[in-house]
Amino acid sequence: MKKLSVIDNKRCTACQSCMFACSRRDGHGGLSNSCIGVKTAGGFEGDMTIVVCRACADPPCAKVCPTNALIPKSTGGVRLEKTKCIGCKLCQQTCVIDAVFWNKEENKPVICIQCGYCVGFCPHNVIKLVTK
Amino acid sequence: MVYQDTISRVLYIDVKDKKFWITDRKDLFDKYIGGTGVATQLLLEECPMGIDPLSPDNPIIFAVGPLVGVFPLASKTVAMFKSPHTGDLGESHAGGRSAIAIRLAGYGAIVIKGASDFPVYVSVQGNQVFFKDATTLWGMNSSLTPARIMREREKGAGYRTILRIGPAGEKMISYACVVSETYRHFGRLGLGAVFGSKKLKGIIISGKQSLKVTDSKKYKQLYKQIYDQAVNSEVMRKYHDLGTPINVMALNNLGGLPTKNLQQTSFEQAKEISGENIAEKYLGKRIACAHCPTACVHLANLRESYKDSPYFYKTTYVGYDYEPLFSLGTMLGIENAKDILILIEEVEKYAMDAMSAGVILAWATEMFEKKLISTVETAGVEPAWNNTKAYVDMLAKIIKQENDFYKALGRGVVYASEIYGGKEFALAHGKNEMSGYHTGPASHLGYLLSARHSHLCNAGYSLDQSLLMEKEVSPEEIVDKLVEEEGVRQILSSLVVCFFSRAIYKDMNLISELLALMGIKYSAEDLKRLGREIHSEKFKFKLREGFSFENLKLADRVYETKAPTGYISRDYIERALIYAKKIIEK
Repeated sequence: MKKLSVIDNKRCTACQSCMFACSRRDGHGGLSNSCIGVKTAGGFEGDMTIVVCRACADPPCAKVCPTNALIPKSTGGVRLEKTKCIGCKLCQQTCVIDAVFWNKEENKPVICIQCGYCVGFCPHNVIKLVTK
Repeated sequence: MVYQDTISRVLYIDVKDKKFWITDRKDLFDKYIGGTGVATQLLLEECPMGIDPLSPDNPIIFAVGPLVGVFPLASKTVAMFKSPHTGDLGESHAGGRSAIAIRLAGYGAIVIKGASDFPVYVSVQGNQVFFKDATTLWGMNSSLTPARIMREREKGAGYRTILRIGPAGEKMISYACVVSETYRHFGRLGLGAVFGSKKLKGIIISGKQSLKVTDSKKYKQLYKQIYDQAVNSEVMRKYHDLGTPINVMALNNLGGLPTKNLQQTSFEQAKEISGENIAEKYLGKRIACAHCPTACVHLANLRESYKDSPYFYKTTYVGYDYEPLFSLGTMLGIENAKDILILIEEVEKYAMDAMSAGVILAWATEMFEKKLISTVETAGVEPAWNNTKAYVDMLAKIIKQENDFYKALGRGVVYASEIYGGKEFALAHGKNEMSGYHTGPASHLGYLLSARHSHLCNAGYSLDQSLLMEKEVSPEEIVDKLVEEEGVRQILSSLVVCFFSRAIYKDMNLISELLALMGIKYSAEDLKRLGREIHSEKFKFKLREGFSFENLKLADRVYETKAPTGYISRDYIERALIYAKKIIEK
């Protein structure tokens, strides 16, 4: 099973190409559908923080979902069944690394499925799909 | 027609009455795309004729274009205002996260009107605008601290821009800049002073909406094509490897590097302050504007010791580019890279235009050297080439507005030379201090005739090198080429793609194809015509505000110092200006 991993956050230039790639999976521009985030820690003079889902073996986000919309995968992480999701945001509040992103337009979470599309658009080898 | 898009929404913010409203300006965006094209129209609408640029009536306009957030390298925001530095059209561009944040907050443009009675900062979160009392942030001696506070208090980390002024803007120094994300700037022409006049400390904008395209498959293909070009082809290499500082050695070897107030065009210490040397010894890391894989922003690691305590140091990241290396380096005869970084950091702290600041200090140094001023005017400082300490002191005195001389320095080299003399070596184009290219007549003509006055604005220095160094070309032909290129650049800056990527985006057929994906129909021919039209719309504003070709003058020094094309002839420049008047006013 391959998991998306941050190899070296100090190589990150905050170009956001990964974020745009992630959102572009559904064929459109912008960022609402992105579930990878790059933010500065203490401004641009500090190192970048890259937030990605770690695909937990026993995902806390799934445990708190009141409608079982988040289904744990055998390989780690979760799969979202959108039609069951009521947009309560409990999953988002539970994830301590803030890797549950929110699509305001749909009022649903966006959670990484470890597809690695973003990796192809990182010009500086910050992220990688790693076999775990 | 724009397909399900928010690009035509304009957010109007009145900082006097603390209110805001959103108006759909499809009329403007359909006709002028966005960016420069739309901002020019908003400026013509919003800026009453003949106003004082520091009066509440001067609007601040920010505009972005439809490709922002959709394709890489469309990462610039265009700011327009009446310039307090020149009294002419003020146009300044910056990257950072500004363009993406404005676009993804759901706007194509933002217009800021009026002036607040007390310091404020404004926070734009999607459809909501919050006015925050910034009284406690006003008067801090560095632009960095208020930014840090706004960053900690406001939402949207990773999806926002923070545009703010420093002490120079608060004091309305006419070349105060607005800083975006610490290392990018609306640098030239004094937008910071206009912020200051409105008691506007900063504006934070955040958003992350989606942007629909008409054909997802084609979109992904075209995106990949442009991305690959940006990352793998040669066209962007100059910008991501050494960055623009590569120009120090290039211009030095050519004999076009303005040095010691343009008394020389090459510098004995060029190697020490070159992009190559700074990269080797100081380059700490590189960062990027949002949605640009190039990462051209070079940050040097400046380590300084505290003199009062052993083994006590501070380390600062200082952004450097060719322009500050010229203005705060060669123009001041600074012989080592570390000293230039110290000066850049000072200018950054005050948030003033690095180019104007350096050229002004260079003029003052020559004035002092020629005994046209004394320590009476300089309040005890003895400016001299390579005297970094003196320059640090003088920058502080400009900010303090210590006496009449420093008040004059706070208004630029043309203003100061009208009072104290030294016009022959007051280096400016239309009151805006010169940039770092003394390559020949085309570079100077480019700045005089540009509809923007910024350093990146025209093809002049490249025409000097590609044409005039090779053969004789008539001034008329040079003006034709400059004006033609200006048309192309109006389109690029209406799309708000970075000029560094012009080799990728220069193809009007490609632009037409990209816009079609957004549901916007322009043929390549339409775009060419529109570029010329936007250029002439800008001159409408310039001429209205008193711009005249007859008043355009170059300092004697420009003619006296040999350029790579030889000495520049007055006759050549005059003929060019007469011809330019004829074709532009037509």
